Amino acid sequence: MGSNLAIRLRQNFGLATGIVLFCVVYLGYHLSHPKGFSSAVLVQNSNEVFTLAMVAMAQTVPVLMAGLDLSVGALMTMVDCFASYLMTGAAAGTPLAMDFIGIRLTFGTLPGGVPGLLLGMLICLGIGTLGGLLNGMVVVYGRIQPIIATLATGAIYIGVALHLRPQPGGKIDDDLNWALTNSLGEFASTVHIFDDGAASWFAPLAWIPTPFVLLALIALVVWVPFRRSVAGRTIYAIGSAEGAAYMSGLAIDRAKLIAFTLGGFFAGCGGVFLAIQTSSGNADIPQAGAYTLNSIAAVVIGGTSLLGGTGSAIGSIFGALILRVISFFFRIFDIAPLLQPLFEGLILLVAVSISAVRVLRIKNTLELFR
Amino acid sequence: MAEATATDFLVLSGIAKRYGGVRALENVDFACRRGQIHAVLGENGAGKSTLIKIVAGVVQPDAGTITLDGVLHQFRRPAEATAAGVVCVFQELSLIPDLSVADNISISAPPKRFGLIDTRAQTRRAEALLAEVGCEDVNPLLRVHDLPLSRRQMVEIAKAIGQRPKLLILDEATSALTSADVERVYSLLARLKAANVAILYISHRMHEVDALADRASVFRNGRHIETFDEGTRTTSQIVQLMIGRDISTQYPPKPDRQRPPAALKIENLVWENRLQSISLDVGAGEIVGLGGLDGQGQKMLLLALFGVLRGLTGTITVNGRVVRPGSPSDAKAHGTGIALVPEDRKIEGLMLPMSITDNLAIASLKNLLSGPFVDAGKERRAVEAGIERLRIKVGDRADAVSTLSGGNQQKVVIAKWLMTGPRIILLNDPTRGIDVGTKQELYRLMRELADQGAAILFYSTDYDELIGCCDRVAIMYDGRIVRELTGADLNETNIISASLNIATSEPAAAPHVATAHG
Repeated sequence: MGSNLAIRLRQNFGLATGIVLFCVVYLGYHLSHPKGFSSAVLVQNSNEVFTLAMVAMAQTVPVLMAGLDLSVGALMTMVDCFASYLMTGAAAGTPLAMDFIGIRLTFGTLPGGVPGLLLGMLICLGIGTLGGLLNGMVVVYGRIQPIIATLATGAIYIGVALHLRPQPGGKIDDDLNWALTNSLGEFASTVHIFDDGAASWFAPLAWIPTPFVLLALIALVVWVPFRRSVAGRTIYAIGSAEGAAYMSGLAIDRAKLIAFTLGGFFAGCGGVFLAIQTSSGNADIPQAGAYTLNSIAAVVIGGTSLLGGTGSAIGSIFGALILRVISFFFRIFDIAPLLQPLFEGLILLVAVSISAVRVLRIKNTLELFR
Repeated sequence: MAEATATDFLVLSGIAKRYGGVRALENVDFACRRGQIHAVLGENGAGKSTLIKIVAGVVQPDAGTITLDGVLHQFRRPAEATAAGVVCVFQELSLIPDLSVADNISISAPPKRFGLIDTRAQTRRAEALLAEVGCEDVNPLLRVHDLPLSRRQMVEIAKAIGQRPKLLILDEATSALTSADVERVYSLLARLKAANVAILYISHRMHEVDALADRASVFRNGRHIETFDEGTRTTSQIVQLMIGRDISTQYPPKPDRQRPPAALKIENLVWENRLQSISLDVGAGEIVGLGGLDGQGQKMLLLALFGVLRGLTGTITVNGRVVRPGSPSDAKAHGTGIALVPEDRKIEGLMLPMSITDNLAIASLKNLLSGPFVDAGKERRAVEAGIERLRIKVGDRADAVSTLSGGNQQKVVIAKWLMTGPRIILLNDPTRGIDVGTKQELYRLMRELADQGAAILFYSTDYDELIGCCDRVAIMYDGRIVRELTGADLNETNIISASLNIATSEPAAAPHVATAHG
């Protein structure tokens, strides 16, 4: 069925362009890097890209419904701050208590050791997911446009984050940091599997960066099934023609709630990883804003239409990769830091234009507006 | 009045609905049976659409009850009606453009495997259902927005059939179909009828109602006027019931005169492989029809003239001057003066949320300026003149244009273009989904405009209309003009045979022959 393949390729033109573009720039990066193609460079790059990739995936879901989520960076930052308390790995456990408007709230004690660490991570992911659900509820039940609803909730999340971490600080368990931000070989030796990573069958895989594997896992285990679920299909339908989706008897409100909740989960993953990577929590407002804006850029570069209905979170991962690789180049070519935003902007324009190239091939100009 | 009997499947009693101050339905009693095709007739604004929307759970009645198979129902949303076996094929397509045909067909209840949508089973299901409606040629993987309107409507029908309805409602379901597809829908409906499905059929095409319906109900001004068995009323009696007044001649008389000099001259127009060496003249004061099966290049020709297509070759001459419009803005410019009433009035014709005034004035704002600003007084006068000229029924001119009925919306589109003072008027199936009364007004208007010197190029899927309205008809097949018919040659037999690109010497082809070409 060669024609079916051609149809699929044409329908995923944006994603295909993103992948090709990434391959080209990343190959160029490695070729011009003195230590190109080494595991160390790959590990460093995958650490730097993971959080943005997760935030971009979080952004993709509302964009597919023709909305924008301005809270993704803030939500990620809030989870990052929570993680710096809940994932310290302190052997004695962590008492869960906080002061809020003069009231001391206590929720018991998080156990120490590995179970406590995993529980803390789950709680952090849960906080992200709940944040997403809150966004969804404001949008669905408040009948408020996503861009405004999330502008407000984003401010709330940043507020919570600042309350938690007025100054950068906190700590993440060292072993966890080491295990998740290095290669698979280091992961295996830290968690003591595969003969501490010395198993002979494992050796050819030991160079692969762990964040990369996590990213692929989240995409495969969460996004791919979601896309094939009824809720996932409904998201695309809402972005494409909400009226037709309603008339087809689809559960629109439920799908919107699920979409924002899923976005919150992705943002939570980003926040947890950022905490692990930096081994601290930081309620950095400019950084949160930059993540939000870059997530939108990544979504667009990855071939998702801001008008909704077409695209995928996989494309956004590639969009995030492209954005990050662009900034990697600055390190090699030693461009003055003050000029970097200027070059970033120019390159971003070029990258977005490449994905808009299909417009040139359209001979019926009426199709430009569909 | 239809009295409810034991055999009735759907029974409505005392249904009333108001939209603001407008009465859409008043005290409607209505019933239909399984294994019957029941036509619902009426002008636009007669309340047919509201009736269907109530049965389909899209709107809730202010009063009255709905009984299905003896069970009282209250549908609060479309999904509830679907669950009860009521499936609608709406005039406004309910397909999702960015999803594939297969996705759309199974949208409300996709086949699942391990809790996820089974795309392979879904594709097989789509193939089976497309085959059932005779559309094997549609690849289920294609996105809906890549299909022509006629195919989309067939996909919509396949989607409806897939929900195994007990009551199937078709609202102008054949309005965008080719004649070959209409035949397929007819045979499909016959099969459904034999399978004891109740079918409500809304159409403005009287011959379809004649051919299909077992019973018919006429609505007027939100009231159920009469229900009768097919064959007990003549077409003109039915039309009279619908509009409540007598109609003598359907089409205005054609002037008997020499062919006028060309105002629009098209020579060797080529675009991609969709338009192949098109040459055609349209005289000032002439109505030239474009006919043929749907999708043979007629719409592309109109778009080409209107500056929408890139990469055209050939020449277009307007009043002796060669023009090459690069955009609709060029095409409408003073000196060229081309207007296009587009195919899809809801997307290409109107800005639905904007007011009637805004929509009417939008194409001729340049003529309404005082300095850099739109002059409110000029605008008001121009809009009033437009409304009056087409006798558009509006409440408040500041209302959103979406509040108007379909026929009045189409009038707004036409009035908007007439306000630009066009010399060349291109019409893309302007009477699609419009009631008989408004259609006749449009026919009269077209002739009036021609008499005032406009050159009109008129594409229609309705052969009757082409014969009745046009001085000449060019039949297109596969991107070419295969025949021009005029005078006594302009008859249904010739149109059909030319549409199928078969020589006239052969006996007139029955529409089902089209299947082989479709």
